[in-house]
Amino acid sequence: MHLLCDPFLEAGHQAGRGDVKRDEPRSSSIRIIGLGNELRGDDAVGLLVARRLRQEVGDRTEVIEAEMVGVDLIALMEGARVTILIDAARSGQSPGTIHRLDASAGPIALQIFPHSSHVLGISEALELARVMGVLPPRVIVYGIEAGNTEAGQALSSPVANALDKVVGQIIQECETCYA
Amino acid sequence: MEGTERTKPEGGRETRTIAVDLVARVEGEGALRVTVKDGTVQDVELRIFEPPRFFEAFLQGRHYSEVPDIVARICGICPVAYQMSAVHALEQIFAVKVEGTLRDLRRLLYCGEWIESHALHVYLLQAPDFLGYDSGIAMAKDHAAVVTRGLRLKKAGNAIMTLLGGRSVHPVSVQVGGFSRVPLRRELEALKDELLWARDAAMETVRWVASFEFPDFTPDYTYVALRHPDEYPLNEGQIVASNGLQISVSEFEQHFTEHQVAYSNALHCTLQGAPYLVGPLARLNLNQKHLTLLTTQALADLGLALPLRNPFHGIIARAVEVLYALDESLRLIERYEPPPLPSLPVTVRAGIGMACTEAPRGILYHRYHVDGDGLIREAKIVPPTSQNQGRIEQDLRLFMPRLLSRPDNEVALECERVIRCYDPCISCATHFLKLDIKREGAM
Repeated sequence: MHLLCDPFLEAGHQAGRGDVKRDEPRSSSIRIIGLGNELRGDDAVGLLVARRLRQEVGDRTEVIEAEMVGVDLIALMEGARVTILIDAARSGQSPGTIHRLDASAGPIALQIFPHSSHVLGISEALELARVMGVLPPRVIVYGIEAGNTEAGQALSSPVANALDKVVGQIIQECETCYA
Repeated sequence: MEGTERTKPEGGRETRTIAVDLVARVEGEGALRVTVKDGTVQDVELRIFEPPRFFEAFLQGRHYSEVPDIVARICGICPVAYQMSAVHALEQIFAVKVEGTLRDLRRLLYCGEWIESHALHVYLLQAPDFLGYDSGIAMAKDHAAVVTRGLRLKKAGNAIMTLLGGRSVHPVSVQVGGFSRVPLRRELEALKDELLWARDAAMETVRWVASFEFPDFTPDYTYVALRHPDEYPLNEGQIVASNGLQISVSEFEQHFTEHQVAYSNALHCTLQGAPYLVGPLARLNLNQKHLTLLTTQALADLGLALPLRNPFHGIIARAVEVLYALDESLRLIERYEPPPLPSLPVTVRAGIGMACTEAPRGILYHRYHVDGDGLIREAKIVPPTSQNQGRIEQDLRLFMPRLLSRPDNEVALECERVIRCYDPCISCATHFLKLDIKREGAM
């Protein structure tokens, strides 16, 4: 069993940012936030997309892995001009299906992200941020349909393939933002 | 989603089944089934159908050093509670006594969890019930400043958890004997300004929730909590009850009995065969003399005399405990000097150890049997929500008669409000709640 997913954070690590692994804050106002539960199979995909993107995107983009974040997602988005969220989705479509939703345009469908063990799922946290007037001007949500979310499992192969595609799409999306 | 089903069995009597498929703002997956016959509440069953998670079983055979990280995964809201009960029980076996600064740090970490958990419940889960909203989001539309305050308060708790625990959910620094790392003084000092703001905000919170209107409802509770001779209980103490019970933690299983009910995946726990209440209300009522001056003053200024006997006053108790936890955190930070070592040495020996600590929702009992190699032979965990299940059912039996003349959807909503008073964590014991009211016979 590999429970210590994250090494203990260094002294001086910025506190109060939820259960996150993040790069030092940069001047960038694009923030990529991967969500999920590392220990539950395909539910880890959002975290793993973020981890990959950390190596791929330039200094202008901040990357955060946020496990089981709930309402603290609002604080994580604070101050960003553009936020890109990635999470596992469960809408009944086949595993690996990629959803791209523009949450800045309006509420995202609750049915796509129905599972949350922390009272507020991603859809509700975004709506709470919207009514409080703190939703970043642009919020894009990538949902990747999960297959197997059993504890202790690796990503299923359709979801692992989708991970590669989403990483490519988000790199392009960031480039467009900076264009 | 709600639904009403009517059937007419033999004799022409009407049976009505009302289902509410998604009750929000409860942590876990469960349902409530109520049978009403001839206008009288017959059965109340809180059905926890979240699948059994078998944590006690898969602790068997693990090394004792893995236990804090495994049990932290039982709950995303109260992982520190699980870690604390575990390390105290294991330290009892190994005759390790964590004192001084390390003890203070554990207490501080626990305060962080109380602040996080209570602030979420007060502001987003329960306050909408008193202000007439069906969700925290709906409430935030009209009360954005209040919700902003609540989220910032919660964040102050997160900051403590992140600094001491390495992360705000499922901390990774807690170990038998102490911590894997302790903070520098300047790191704790850096929290002070925000905690001072949060203490003022907590004072505002107490005033805010005390201004709500509460239903007139005062069941005859047996309160159960820890009591410590010198402090408001978090990590240590005797188990005391309002019926006069006063026992050491090692006697827990002689007085408290878990039993299975057919309709629930969570065991029920009773005290001498009867339901009882654990959590902030019980803690506050049994430990008022250990509140800080500021906390006592806040209660006095509002004219609030303890004991509080109304379950709906649980929101006040939580707000008071947030204030207490911030006051206590600042006190602990003020006197902090880093310990020479982050953790005490541990010599493994075989034995059985028990511990009880005060999770945000009430006492959390752990017992471990460890062999000479430091492997877990047996584990027993009794979470607060499973202890409160019987009491929730009893409250509903007592509260429902006043509701029966009202339409089913209103009855359902009121029942949910009663349940939310307990801040049940159904992941610990069960995710959303289905409410099913069955009415038989004449009203």
